[in-house]
Amino acid sequence: MAGLKFHFATIFVLSWRNLWRNHRRTYIMLGAISIGVWAMIFMTALMRGMVDDMLNQGIRNLPGHIQIQHPDFLDDPSVVNSIPEPDGELLVALNQAGAKRWATRIKLPAVIASERESRGINLVGVEPDAEADISGIPAQVSAGRFLVSNQDQGLIIGAKLAQRLETRLGKRVVVMSQDPDNNISERGFRIVGIYRAKMPGLEEFNVYAARDTLQKLLKIEGRVSQIVIVDENFRDIDTLYQKIRQSIPPSVEIKPWYDIDSYLAAMFNMMDGFVLVWVIIIFLALSFGLVNTLVMAIFERVREIGLIQALGMRPALIVYQILLESLLLLLIGLGVGNCLAIVTVKPLESGLDISIVAEGMAMMGASSTLYPSLTLYDMVMANTVVIILGILTSILPAWRAAKMDPVQALNTT
Amino acid sequence: MSAIHCHQLCKTFTQGDEVITGLDHVDITIEEGEFVCLSGPSGSGKTTLLNAIGGLDTPDSGEIRMGEIRIDQLDRGSLADMRLHHIGFVFQAYNLIPVLSAQENVEFVMQVQGVAAANRARKAAEILREVGLEGMEDRRPAQLSGGQQQRVAVARAIVSHPDLVLADEPTANLDSVAAAHLMGLFSQLNEHHRITFVIATHDKRVMSYARRLIKMQDGKIISDEAQ
Repeated sequence: MAGLKFHFATIFVLSWRNLWRNHRRTYIMLGAISIGVWAMIFMTALMRGMVDDMLNQGIRNLPGHIQIQHPDFLDDPSVVNSIPEPDGELLVALNQAGAKRWATRIKLPAVIASERESRGINLVGVEPDAEADISGIPAQVSAGRFLVSNQDQGLIIGAKLAQRLETRLGKRVVVMSQDPDNNISERGFRIVGIYRAKMPGLEEFNVYAARDTLQKLLKIEGRVSQIVIVDENFRDIDTLYQKIRQSIPPSVEIKPWYDIDSYLAAMFNMMDGFVLVWVIIIFLALSFGLVNTLVMAIFERVREIGLIQALGMRPALIVYQILLESLLLLLIGLGVGNCLAIVTVKPLESGLDISIVAEGMAMMGASSTLYPSLTLYDMVMANTVVIILGILTSILPAWRAAKMDPVQALNTT
Repeated sequence: MSAIHCHQLCKTFTQGDEVITGLDHVDITIEEGEFVCLSGPSGSGKTTLLNAIGGLDTPDSGEIRMGEIRIDQLDRGSLADMRLHHIGFVFQAYNLIPVLSAQENVEFVMQVQGVAAANRARKAAEILREVGLEGMEDRRPAQLSGGQQQRVAVARAIVSHPDLVLADEPTANLDSVAAAHLMGLFSQLNEHHRITFVIATHDKRVMSYARRLIKMQDGKIISDEAQ
C-alpha cells in the first residue's frame, strides 16, 4: 500500500507537469472538453425541461398523479361507470395519505350548442377550490372568471371552442348529455369564463362546470366519475399510491399516471436513454481531440518514455501515468464545463420564451415557455460518461507508450 | 552484487535489406567491483552489449546472467524491476526528465523504488553535493549546462547504490575538465562503494581510468586486457 502511495505521488507529479508542458495545446483541449461538457449539460437541461413540461402537461390533462375510478371507466367514460363519493376508510386514507391535494370529478362526453353551432365536448364537473392544483385551468382563464363553488351555475369553455361555436363570454349555451337511465339531460349555462390552454388543442374539447351542478343535471347526486390525487412530484408517487391502494374498496380501481397513459410513461422512461445517447454523441466528437492530444503528447516525449522505462518504471506505471494525465485533463475540463452549465442554466430556470415555435411545441404536448431543468442526476451522468469513456479512449495511446521499445525510444531524436 | 556472465551472445539488426551484426558470439564475465571500459569504433557492438546487459535489449541467442538470474529470459516487468533495483544508467545525451528539477530527477528512481520522502530527499541532496551541484537542486535540466546535466544523470544513476552502472559514452558531450571530474567521480565510487562500472567509450582519457579494457570490433571481442 505504501508502495502504491509512492508510485501515485511519482506519476501524479509527472502527469501534472507534463500536462502543462504545452500550455497552448492543453488550453485548447480544455476549452473543447469544457464546451463539450457545457453543451451536454445545457442541452440536457433544455431537453429535460421540455420533457418534464410535456409530462406535467400530460399529467395535468389526465389529470392527476393517481386516479381512482370505476374499473370500466377508462374504457367507457359514461355516467353509468361512476363511483360513490369517498367516505369511510377511503376518505380517511385520502386525508391521511399525505397527498398534496385530492378532489372528485365528473367527466363524461356531452354536446354543447350555441345559437349557431354545436360540438361534441368532454364535460368536466370540478371542485373549483382544488382545480388550481389538479389541472391548473383557473390560471388559464383569460376572460371572465373561474368557477367559485361546487354549486356555481356558470360554464368555462376554451377560446377555440368559443370561436367554433361563434359565441363569447356572457352568452348562453346548452349542454346535453345522458343520465344513468339513458335519458337526455340538458340545461342552459352562461359562459362565465374563457380559458386559453397551454396546449391549444384542449381548448376545443374540455368544458368545465361545477361538480354539484352536474350531479344535479345528470341525477347522480353522491356519485362521481373519478377521485383525482396529486402529489408534489410526479416522479415519486409510489409510496402514496401504495398507501391509498390498501384502503380502496374492491368495486373501484386505482391507477398511477404511468399506468393510465402509456405514452407519457414511455416518454418518461425514454428520457434517461435520450440523455445518455446525447452525452455519448457529444463525447464521441470530443474523443477525437482527446486521443489526438494524448498521442501528440506521447509522440513529443518518446525519448523520455524510453528513459523512464530504462530507469525501471514498469510498463503498467507508464500506462497509469498517461491515464492520470488524461484524467486530470478531463477533471479540469469537467469542472469548468459544469460551472459554465450552472451559470448559464440557472438564470433560464425562470422560463425561456419559445412562443415563436409554440405551435410545434403544442403538437408535442409542451407549452410555449421552456423551463430548463438542471438535475443532479443528469450532471452526474454526463460527468460519469465523460470520465469513463475518456479513460477508455486514453487506454490505447497509454498502452502504446508502455509497449515502446526502450532502446528505440532512447535513440529517437 | 553478482557477477555478469554473457555466453555466446548474438544480436543482429536489419536495416533495409542489409543485416548488421551487433553482437557475434560474445563471451564475457564481469566480476563485482570491476571498472571495465568497452572500446572500439562506431558500430563495433559496445552499446548493443551494454543494452543487452542492462536488459534494455534482448539478444537473438545466447545467455546473460546476473548471478543466478537469466536476464535474457525475464519479462518486461521483471526487467524493469531488475533495472530499478540493480542497475544505474548514464547515457551519452544526459537524458534527464525535463519537467523535474535536478533534485527530483535524482529522487525519481528512489521514488519508484518506494523510498520514504525524507530519506530520498536527504540522499539526493548528499549525492548532488558530492557531484558538485550544491545550490542547483531546484533547477530544471534546461537551466543546467551539459556538464551539470551529466552530473545530475550520474547522481541519479548512483544515488541508490546499484550493483552495476552502465555508462554509454558518458563524456562525449563534456569538455575535458568536466570529463576528468566525472571519471574521477566514477573511480571514487568504484573504490569506495565497490559499484561495478561498465563504460562504453571512444575516449582514450576515459580508458585510462579503467582497470580492464575490452576492445570490440564487428560485434566481437578482439581483446580483453587488465590495465
